[in-house]
Amino acid sequence: MSLEALLTILGMAAVTYAIRAAGLLLANRLPAQGFVANWMKHVPGAVLAALVAPAVLAVAPGRSLGAAFLPAETVAAVAVTLIYVASRNLFAAMAGGVVAVYLMRLWPGA
Amino acid sequence: MDRPVSSARSQFWLGVTLFLPVAISIASYGVVWGVLAGQKGLGVLEVLLMSGLVFAGASQFVALDSWTPGSLPVIAIVVATGIVNLRMLLMSATLRPLVSHLSLPRALGAMFFVSDEQWAMTMAEMRKGGGSVAFLCGTGVLSWFAWTASTLLGRVLGAFIDDPVKYGLDVAFTATFIALLLGMWKGRGDVVPWLVGALAALVTASYLEGKWYIIVGGIVGSLAGALADQWRIKRDVA
Repeated sequence: MSLEALLTILGMAAVTYAIRAAGLLLANRLPAQGFVANWMKHVPGAVLAALVAPAVLAVAPGRSLGAAFLPAETVAAVAVTLIYVASRNLFAAMAGGVVAVYLMRLWPGA
Repeated sequence: MDRPVSSARSQFWLGVTLFLPVAISIASYGVVWGVLAGQKGLGVLEVLLMSGLVFAGASQFVALDSWTPGSLPVIAIVVATGIVNLRMLLMSATLRPLVSHLSLPRALGAMFFVSDEQWAMTMAEMRKGGGSVAFLCGTGVLSWFAWTASTLLGRVLGAFIDDPVKYGLDVAFTATFIALLLGMWKGRGDVVPWLVGALAALVTASYLEGKWYIIVGGIVGSLAGALADQWRIKRDVA
């Protein structure tokens, strides 16, 4: 294992545990409602939305919107959404997205 | 109270028992994380250390997304981990009543087990009049074993997959994140943070190399969501 990998993992572990511990230590001072509480509540959803949007639309520096015709990620996104809405099952939705892309790639010329 | 206060031991095992179905779903995406970790060049020891010490699924998926051995963006990954896990601050804060009788070191120790699923189940028990720190530890210990073991299993099994792209596994990330995101849907209040976060990320990703768009989108989107909440409250009061 490289030193930078070890540092990254220890850094991730330290910051995550610090947050878990700080919540308890600051419990009396943390607002249960209001702007800050709402802000923290929205962080995970916003992070995940930010994470998937460029992937789904295949956007990157020098590769603008619509550069690729029907990227695999877009196909996966549609499949995952349909399966999740129907089944409410995280694993089924994820597996469905992967299978959809696998099938798409079996198609000759795709 | 009619019900006698149950012993810590029985509370622990109640936590373990009630958590079993959740542990199965955690283990299933733990296997996926392990397979993806192998593709990104993480060794068995790295998988064991990260799952065992960080023990926070969503942030570990985010970290893998940016994992490039040889030139690891150490700071960016640690910052992104902090942002993704910031929500745990409020979770441990709400659990304070459960640990108020414990010494500080023991109370802090129990907080290691705070994550979405364990917190949600312990809060549900508290709302029913139960719940205890032993219960939280029961769910947490099972969750930790399920997560660590399944990610290791995925890492070992993944070594037998020759061409991940052929099997569509390269999109497993995006697929997992979309499913996780959809699972977080609580109502119309989520529209603004998600849309603004996505747009901010798209703009950032088209101009900036690296994974900074995750952090920019996460901060801008969540602030927009909180502003929209404020505005809605004001409008409802008026």
